[in-house]
Amino acid sequence: MHKLLADQPGTKKFLLGNEAIARGAVEAGLAFASTYPGTPSSEISLNFFQMSRESDLYFEYSTNEKVALEVAAAAANAGVRSMCVMKHVGMNVAADTLMTLAYVGVRAGLVILTADDPYMFSSQNEQDNRYYGKLSGLPILEPSSAQEAKEMMGYAFDLSEELAEPVIFRTTTRLNHSTEPVTLGKIKQPVTRGDFIKDPFNYVTVPAVSRKLHIKLLRQIEQAEALSSKSVYNFIEGTGKYGIIANGVSYNYVADAVLDLGLTGTAKILRIGFSHPMPGELIKYFIADCEKVLVVEEGEPYMEEAVKAFAQEAGYTGTIKGKAKELFSRLFEFDPAMVRKIMAAYFNVPFDATSAVDLSDVPELPQRPPNLCAGCSHRATFYAVNQATKGMETIHPTDIGCYTLGFLPPLSAGDFLICMGSSAGTAGGFAKTTDKKVISYIGDSTFFHSGIPGLINAVFNNHDMTLIILDNSITAMTGHQPNPGVDMQALNYDGFGQVSVESVVRGIGVPHVSVIRPYNVKKSIAAIKEAIAHKGVSVIISKQACTLFERSRKKLVGKPFYVSDRCKNHRNCINDLGCPAFYVENEKVRINASLCSGCGVCAQICPEHAILPLK
Amino acid sequence: MDTTRLIIVAVGGQGNLLSSRVLGEAACRLDIPVRMSEIHGMAQRGGVVESAMVFGDARSTIISDGEADLFLAFEPLEALRALNRCNAATTVITNTSSLPPFTAAIGKGVYPDLETITRLISSKVGRLITLDANALAREAGNELSVNIVLLGALIKTGKLPVTADSVKDAIRETTKAAFVETNLKAFELGVGAV
Repeated sequence: MHKLLADQPGTKKFLLGNEAIARGAVEAGLAFASTYPGTPSSEISLNFFQMSRESDLYFEYSTNEKVALEVAAAAANAGVRSMCVMKHVGMNVAADTLMTLAYVGVRAGLVILTADDPYMFSSQNEQDNRYYGKLSGLPILEPSSAQEAKEMMGYAFDLSEELAEPVIFRTTTRLNHSTEPVTLGKIKQPVTRGDFIKDPFNYVTVPAVSRKLHIKLLRQIEQAEALSSKSVYNFIEGTGKYGIIANGVSYNYVADAVLDLGLTGTAKILRIGFSHPMPGELIKYFIADCEKVLVVEEGEPYMEEAVKAFAQEAGYTGTIKGKAKELFSRLFEFDPAMVRKIMAAYFNVPFDATSAVDLSDVPELPQRPPNLCAGCSHRATFYAVNQATKGMETIHPTDIGCYTLGFLPPLSAGDFLICMGSSAGTAGGFAKTTDKKVISYIGDSTFFHSGIPGLINAVFNNHDMTLIILDNSITAMTGHQPNPGVDMQALNYDGFGQVSVESVVRGIGVPHVSVIRPYNVKKSIAAIKEAIAHKGVSVIISKQACTLFERSRKKLVGKPFYVSDRCKNHRNCINDLGCPAFYVENEKVRINASLCSGCGVCAQICPEHAILPLK
Repeated sequence: MDTTRLIIVAVGGQGNLLSSRVLGEAACRLDIPVRMSEIHGMAQRGGVVESAMVFGDARSTIISDGEADLFLAFEPLEALRALNRCNAATTVITNTSSLPPFTAAIGKGVYPDLETITRLISSKVGRLITLDANALAREAGNELSVNIVLLGALIKTGKLPVTADSVKDAIRETTKAAFVETNLKAFELGVGAV
């Protein structure tokens, strides 16, 4: 049985924050879940996927976050407790749905989880999604620990049903990826079947209906603010003349620092866990007798702005600070020492910092950047494109996935990246305004997610560009999730359809379509030359299963290669291909046989034919 | 209870997430408060993987620069790179078996020799323990047990509130059945190396 389905209330398990969230949803009677995978949220969905194979839970990997939210919104309006999981930037994709779903509301609980990523450990920006609460009017809940996340999930579903609207559950990477002992609760039996009762004058958002629904939403916001001020998740801890307002993981750093700095009895904490609407009455009560107030929050001054507004209403004249040059930054993550130091300075208490060792005499160390795997088919494709375009001036818009790593030398296969699907759209702008050949890269999952509209646009507006779809038949970057192009039958999953990338591309009417097998270097280079010579839109589908996934499924069949005595140290293998299976020993190139996948690409490009398969 | 802070650094694929999980499970068995944080988005792409483990009553799950009481490195270059996590009193354990990064292979940077690395580390921290965990793992019967060898060395320092017996129980429960025997042997070899 899946460990998160164990019906053992009271037992403690060492759970990742994301596991605790998934368990909390199951305990709350979750019946329906959807997602588009994205770090740091991916393990929540992975656990739902696994549990859905052995329970009544319905779970799906949707094509993108917008679709995922629509699927879940309908399920919740059919009366089934639902959840939709995404990373922070996924909310941008889902925002169109979100904004009007807030008007329409839900019948059964709907929790929308957004996993923010301060410091951008694995993201293209560090936007603060608490503003989606303000923008949409929907409630936001934010836990500070894995245990609390599990408890809060039940509260989120109840709140969603009480207010008849979705609830946004906001986490940050350090919550998602922290592990701690979590005490399990009882699992509520889910209601898995519902019914949709027609009510077009509340469900069909034509202007006349929406005007009415917006009035309803404003009433709900008022109701939510009253609940926020009374919520057990907005609590005051300790006493003292100083006030600290903190949320999420910042609260942990503040609580530790109060002890470390001996501020117990001098500083009290207001922990905000229900952060939209902000608890106005509670904040006014909390700050009333404070000499000064410090707001501790990663990201934007979201709470600080609200606290200052409430203070003004209440006629509070003390100092309230948070984001400032000498205090907290809007940038990146906080850490315990940083919070301790700033609290010590702001409240004027002595503080001895532990100093880190001095590294000034350490020589410059070779970097260890993440790299495309040994034998990765993307490397083979990038190599072939680089060879096919030798001497040409090119621009390579790239996209979000493992292949983004190809932007590093020696492949240098990526010049411009904004967000999911942007390779297809931005190509057109470069093609119309420059004299360079535009060749974009996109993965199979990203193509389905949001690359298709960009390609349709290119065909309609006749952009001169080549789109290379790197089809490795899986969503590799986030941990090998399925996507619509995956043959699920081959992975032993029944009940799925399959969408062919090639059929979609041909259906769009792309005038020049070719399919290459990137491990065949010569043929691939020839096909790429032909495609980029076509004036107008051309698409190349580069098909080869993800090496890492094949290795994990024990499906790799190629024998590892070795460098024979014929090697004359041209080093094209290292300098042009840069596969991490190579290493240099006594000035000779060697291949690490345990890393080599046997793709044979290096053997094809060696001018001396010195690279041979191991017998 | 007092707080003990441990940082573990490794290269993706060396299995440090399993070792921190085993250690966490061992602490849970003893009802020792433990919190752990990991950054592993790129673990499978050959990047650096770091775990922070906080034993005791602190609520934070991460460890600031200079605040590690214990520092365990699976690879000597990564030990030196992450040394800013340590202070003058930190106990450092490093594997001496190196995994040169690809950048060194293509001539972008030079991998320092082991002697330089250990000299630099031991001149800055409270105590440095070195062991060839790969050799000991091979001796135990499986080179992939490097993570468990290092766990043995870590426990032997006596700096953690976790007992060897609880770690062995956690190994039996958490690691794959086929590897339990070699892992237990690897653990003992690690204990013996300190």
